[in-house]
Parts: sequence; C-alpha cells; structure tokens
Amino acid sequence: MADEALFEFLHMEIVSHIYKEQQSGKAEMDNKDRAVCVSVLEGMGFRVGQGLIERLTRDSPSFKDELDIMKFICKDFWTKVFRRQVDNLRTNHQGTYVLQDNKFAMLTQLSSGKQYLDQAPKYLAFSCGVVRGALSNLGMESVVTAEVSVMPSCKFQVVIQKL
Amino acid sequence: MNKQSNSELFTLTYGALVTQLCKDYENDEEVNKQLDKMGYNIGVRLIEDFLARSSIGRCQDFRETADVIAKVAFKMYLGITPSVTNWSPAGDEFSLILESNPLVDFVELPDNHSTLIYSNLLCGVLRGALEMVQMAVDVKFVQDTLRGDNVTEIRMKFIKRIEENVPAGDE
Repeated sequence: MADEALFEFLHMEIVSHIYKEQQSGKAEMDNKDRAVCVSVLEGMGFRVGQGLIERLTRDSPSFKDELDIMKFICKDFWTKVFRRQVDNLRTNHQGTYVLQDNKFAMLTQLSSGKQYLDQAPKYLAFSCGVVRGALSNLGMESVVTAEVSVMPSCKFQVVIQKL
Repeated sequence: MNKQSNSELFTLTYGALVTQLCKDYENDEEVNKQLDKMGYNIGVRLIEDFLARSSIGRCQDFRETADVIAKVAFKMYLGITPSVTNWSPAGDEFSLILESNPLVDFVELPDNHSTLIYSNLLCGVLRGALEMVQMAVDVKFVQDTLRGDNVTEIRMKFIKRIEENVPAGDE
C-alpha cells in the first residue's frame, strides 16, 4: 500500500530527471527539447493508464456507449488514480470532452495561485498519458491535453479519434 | 480501496520508470546508478514529510534509527514492516528483511537484465533521507526475490556522522 506522498515525490523526480537528461550539457532547452520531454512523460503515463484500467474493469460489465465510458473515467477511474471525482464534465456530443478537476492531485505539491503556472505543463504530461492509456484499453483512441489557468484547478480535453 | 489503488499507481509508475531507464542507458550498472541518484533526490525531500507526519524525535543511536526506519517509515510509505536483523558486532551494520516488496508486484525481470537492481531507488531514498539527519550511510540490496532469492534483504551500514550545515544538492 504505497502512500500518496511517496507517489507524488516519485512523479516529481521523474519529471525532473527527464528534463535534466534532455537538457544535459546545453545552456537552455528549446521547444523541441520540451516536446521530447512531454512525449516521454506522456508515453510513460500511457502504459500506466493501460495497466490501471485493466485491473479496474476486469470484473465490470461492458459499457453502453462513449458517454458511459467517459462518465466511468470521471468517477471510478479518476477516484482510483487521482483520489477524487472530476468536478465537471462537458461535451459537444461530437467526440470532444472537457474534464475539470478543481483540485488536481499532481498539482497540489506545487504552489497554489499563478506563481508556477509555466511549470504546470511538465506535471500534467504524465497524467494526460494515463487518461489516454485508459481510454485506449477501452477501445477509444484519443488525444488528451491539459491546461491550468489557476492552480490547482486543471482542465483535461479529450478528443476521441474516429478511425 | 483507495490505498490499494494508489499502490498500483505507484508500482506501475515505478515499473514505467525502470523500463524507460533501461531504454535510455546502455547497461544495468548505469540504470542502477540512476535509480540510486533519483532515490537520493526523493529521500532528501521525503525526510521532511516523514518528520512532519511522524513526530519522531532525534534518534539516540543507530539501533533506534533502524527501528524507526523499519517500523515507522516503511510502514508509512510502503505499508510493510521489514524485520531488523543481522547486526554487526560493532552495531554499525544491520539488515532489513522484506517478506514482500510493493515495488515488484507483477514484475518479472527479463533475461538480459540479470544485474539490474530493480528496487535500487529505495537505497537512494534511505541514503538521502538519513543524510538530512546528519548520518552518512551505505545502503545496498544483498538479496532480491526478483533474482530468485527467498527474501529481499537490504544491508545498511553507518559510515559517519555528518557536520550540520552541509548543503544538500541534487545529484
């Protein structure tokens, strides 16, 4: 039973490590470097999301439709992974969903308010991957992005890819 | 239910980290080193969280330190209580025996990673945390269930007391 704080410290160190390694030797990171970091973190999250959803849905009945799946993500999955439910779910009923979490777990260790806003994306990449991985295992390919306007409130945008 | 879920998140994330490091570095030795470094960076911060939540005062000696690590710290962070055994005659070395290791649930080492110390992060965490309370220690795995041993055994050796005011840097 791993403690929450331990996970948060691990996550922060993983982010720190990835960025340090990418920067290594250079005076500054450019946008390409940052994109690589985000991609690596997102990829790690993806595998974790797949693993988590597999365990969670092992004994569950199948889902009615896309919206049913998204509600499951917002309630059961979010609670399992981020220790609370999504506060608000919106959709255009055409494959785009916006999930709002007003006290996002990965951001609580960072300062509240506007101070570290530019740092926030680093700490969201992994979680975006987790959500994308979960959806992928449920048969939905998606693009997941996140934005923060005021810490620790966070909005995830999920765009389902129709194949 | 929530605690259990977090354990899976932690275990899977740790697994993803080890996988990534194996991709990024050429050999197991390098991966082991990175895990230790990262553990150290976590440890130097985790100790504050630990001291704040456990209200443990300063330990009188290394034996007390060992008990606190096994009975309080491991319990708090990993939900397990390793046993403290195999004390050296000088009282400066002991072993932590872990019957189970949450980091390795569902993990199997692939064949080409025979020298990988999968849980090496833990050694770094312990080393970093103790450095912040003025103790220089050497920490290493001597047995590992992942490598076929019956138990997982971590050996801790007290090196020396550190003077206060040594700045802690990230490694």
